[in-house]
Amino acid sequence: MEIEERAGLYIYSDTQLDKEEGERIEALKASSQQPLPDPDRWLDEELRRHILLTSVDAVLNWARRSSLWPVVCFPACCAFEFITTAASRFDISRFGMEVIRGSPRQADLMITAGTLTWKMAPQVRRIYDQMAEPKWVIAMGACAISGGIFASSYSVVPGYSRIIPVDVYVPGCPPRPEALLYGIKLMQDKIAKRSIITEV
Amino acid sequence: MTVALSGGEIAARLEERFPGSVVESGQDSLLVKSESLRAAAGFLKTAPGLEFDYLTAITGVDYYDYFEVVYQLTSIRHNHSLVVKARCYGRDNPALPSVVGLWKGADFQEREIYDLMGIRFEGHPNLKRIVLWDGFTGYPLRKDYL
Repeated sequence: MEIEERAGLYIYSDTQLDKEEGERIEALKASSQQPLPDPDRWLDEELRRHILLTSVDAVLNWARRSSLWPVVCFPACCAFEFITTAASRFDISRFGMEVIRGSPRQADLMITAGTLTWKMAPQVRRIYDQMAEPKWVIAMGACAISGGIFASSYSVVPGYSRIIPVDVYVPGCPPRPEALLYGIKLMQDKIAKRSIITEV
Repeated sequence: MTVALSGGEIAARLEERFPGSVVESGQDSLLVKSESLRAAAGFLKTAPGLEFDYLTAITGVDYYDYFEVVYQLTSIRHNHSLVVKARCYGRDNPALPSVVGLWKGADFQEREIYDLMGIRFEGHPNLKRIVLWDGFTGYPLRKDYL
């Protein structure tokens, strides 16, 4: 008697609730017969369009040759041609080189623009030693290549190659900015052929 | 424009003050004895009407038989200039009195001449190399270098 009175308190009877619950479970079970797809699957197509497979050499060399930062090494008059090369008309920044560093520790290219005397030579050697590896040297102008017209002088170093290893020689007295830019492109071609395997 | 004084006129005043100090004089310059160079330079710096208070340049010249040192003097006060020369003989140990005590600007120039031509300047307070490095042998601006 008491049970029937309490049952009358609810809108739905227990049997009806049990039945509805059973129907929901059956419906869910019926719609869940296949596993849900991986939520990251939508990425596949996009990733396929954004990942490029290449070699480590190619990537490293691309990064290195595209952001050469020259160090200030302007002992003489070739510096003005270099400055012209850096200015807006010839615009060295087209090759990723506009950041000319006062500190050799932040640079990886030395453009030797000018005559070198023996008294200055230890300083140039020191600047080169302070540059971080990997580093390259462009000998700009006749004086940098061989001492130029001062080669037989008592005080002039006959070519930077006596002091530091030179990668590219740009002849001229002084070289025009186009010549220096061509030398820079040769430098970049040379860097592109490097392999990290040879770097010990 | 700075007036270039005649060496002959100045030489007469110098001879009057220091007899026998002038070897020869001409329109452009006067040549003084090396022994009386310092006294003559002091006179030129302080004498009324001359007062060469500025030393424009010192030059060393190699004439094989002797070295000649050329002093280009200027008076800023009177706006005139004069060329004084002195000679020293011998290639082994040529020497001249220093004028650093009179003109401070002579300091580096005398050191440069000492370094490149090998002329010693007696009385220089700091006579050492200025251009070449320690260990360099020879004097590159002498005519017989190489």
